[in-house]
Amino acid sequence: MGLIQKSQLKSPWVLHFDCGSCNGCDIEILAALTPKFDLERFGIVNIGDPKQADVLLVTGPANKRNHRVLKNLYNQMPQPKLVIAVGTCACTGGVFHNCPNVLGGVDNVVPVDVYVPGCAVRPEQIIDAVVLALNKLAGLAQSEEEE
Amino acid sequence: MALNTSTIISIVFLAAMPFLGGILMGVDRRLTARMQNRMGPPLIQPFYDVLKLWAKEPYIANNIQPLMAFMYLGFAMLAASFVAFQLDLLLMLFTTALADICLIVAAFSAKSPYSYIGGRREFLVMLSYEPVLLLVEIAISLVTGTFIIKGIRAYETPLLLLLPAAYVVMQVVLVVEMKKSPFDVSGSAHAHQELVRGVYTEFSGYTMALVEVGHWVKVVTMLAIVGLFWAPNPFIGTALALALFVGAILIDNVYPRLSWQRMLKTTWTIGFGLVIVNLLALSFGGVI
Repeated sequence: MGLIQKSQLKSPWVLHFDCGSCNGCDIEILAALTPKFDLERFGIVNIGDPKQADVLLVTGPANKRNHRVLKNLYNQMPQPKLVIAVGTCACTGGVFHNCPNVLGGVDNVVPVDVYVPGCAVRPEQIIDAVVLALNKLAGLAQSEEEE
Repeated sequence: MALNTSTIISIVFLAAMPFLGGILMGVDRRLTARMQNRMGPPLIQPFYDVLKLWAKEPYIANNIQPLMAFMYLGFAMLAASFVAFQLDLLLMLFTTALADICLIVAAFSAKSPYSYIGGRREFLVMLSYEPVLLLVEIAISLVTGTFIIKGIRAYETPLLLLLPAAYVVMQVVLVVEMKKSPFDVSGSAHAHQELVRGVYTEFSGYTMALVEVGHWVKVVTMLAIVGLFWAPNPFIGTALALALFVGAILIDNVYPRLSWQRMLKTTWTIGFGLVIVNLLALSFGGVI
């Protein structure tokens, strides 16, 4: 594994976007950054800037108002990038799935790499999801090398 | 210039400065984490960050931005070389100012309100610490009779004994230089804030990596200046510099962010006030 690739796995900077969730999952994301769970151990920093972020954490269902914002944020993130749908609403639309203004899960708008079900998700699951996403990133780099 | 031992030491010091800065930033993040009862990232985390940013696809807003990022690092290294080769303190200060200007021009060049406001606040940050640093340097030169670092190091009495207040003022300057709370109005390193990332917002990929390394070099340069306060023994000088470094991290964790008006008031009252009182005391004592 090269030095650059190791660095990519060691320093995933996270961008957190709330697509209109009930804030339950958002609070759990913030809980994962607090001293008890301490995501910074893995080099994970909650960064506000999509231009410098590696992982997009989306909470809440995509709806007709904010899907453009979500798409825009996704497009502003440089490659390599990962998207994690946090919570049942972000995965499928959840309890809002048949509301007239809701498009469903965020995978209707942007490609999602990891789905984290739960209402609300637990901080451990979010940490697990980020690690899973990084494994996927490592696998992608590996297959590129093999080609 | 003949290649004697001291020149070689200077070159090695200059080359080691970015690495020293990176390690110091790692220590910073680790100490901050311990102060918040967390584990914190590994010590070499800043190097991981910079390498990752270097490999990431750059989203360049315009042609000026990468040039300015290179010039920021270049001027920071030039300022560091004035310290490493024991040349002029004043030139160091003005070259650092040039590096800051490059950062601000890059921030202004992008059509983003966040980086624009961040750039304007970076001007205020410069306004808050550079006159104060200049006054400290003038005080040093009044005592030692020279602005040349070699001459200052040859002065027998440790400067800390003559200019204790100026040392305290350097703490304020260092906090501003490291972009730490309470003076991180223009763009902070690790916290969310109202300006996204302020003056850094529009940097991405390798330009951000360059700016990050430039910032490390600037911090190490400033710590080297602090080291001059006990020049006869470089080990005590280093200890003094590290004490201010830890002090800056402590202040960062204790104080919330100030508005720019209060930042200016604080730095100018503490900075000018203490140094002038110190100089008056020295002048009444008959030292200068």
